[in-house]
Amino acid sequence: MSTMSNAAARSNASESPRTLVVERVFPHPPEKLWRALTESPLLAQWMMNNDFEPVVGRKFQFRADPAPNWNGVVDCEVLIVDPLQRLSYNWGVGGSESGLQWVVLWTLTPAEGGTHVRMEQSGFRPDQQQAYQGANYGWQKFFGGLEKVIGGLE
Amino acid sequence: MKPASANHVFRALADPTRRAIFEELTRQGEQTVHALTRYAGVSQPAVSKHLTVLKRAKLVRHRREGRETHYRAQPDALAPMVDWMRDYGAFWRDRFDQLEALLERMEP
Repeated sequence: MSTMSNAAARSNASESPRTLVVERVFPHPPEKLWRALTESPLLAQWMMNNDFEPVVGRKFQFRADPAPNWNGVVDCEVLIVDPLQRLSYNWGVGGSESGLQWVVLWTLTPAEGGTHVRMEQSGFRPDQQQAYQGANYGWQKFFGGLEKVIGGLE
Repeated sequence: MKPASANHVFRALADPTRRAIFEELTRQGEQTVHALTRYAGVSQPAVSKHLTVLKRAKLVRHRREGRETHYRAQPDALAPMVDWMRDYGAFWRDRFDQLEALLERMEP
């Protein structure tokens, strides 16, 4: 029990098990950020090797060196390409049988002296949240329940 | 990115029925296999099989009382999974750092 309480105490609102948000303002224009996010060779320099193309419906993979218990592959499909503003793909690890699917959503907003970049990794498709909540018992609901379990241990 | 011991927990909970059984146990406390079978709406052998997988991942514990086996959740076993999710935070911050370095190298 103490392990869980400590884990919960270390977490904060933007780092709940359900949704992860990382944000930063870069002193560069949105056009440059968009290139870094969507041009495969540039993407490889800061993310992982990939066969990404900014086309909705495009299935692609990120590939890193295999690690113990992880084959190094992330299976993705492009969900949103909204040039200079929004980019989204789903993010699957462990193959389809694991059911471990997240959605990564990048949002670019012009900011003073640069661009505000927001990365959100969550357990559902941004355009299907409604359908998801009404549908079957998914990870999203489970992680929601998990937060309650952790909360209850404090 | 590396679900070391979390891998076990994730696999055990990858099945929706097992997730439902586990959550029912965290909600209701100790339950018999019979009660869980009624709740899950699948056959008792199927429930027993699911419980064996959960047991192997140390997510549940059992005790026998007469002819009944009682199960209860061990939410502590979720800790590696919670840590694993948190590791993703470090993963993305690291990627943001690398993105920043790339932007410096790129032509304006």
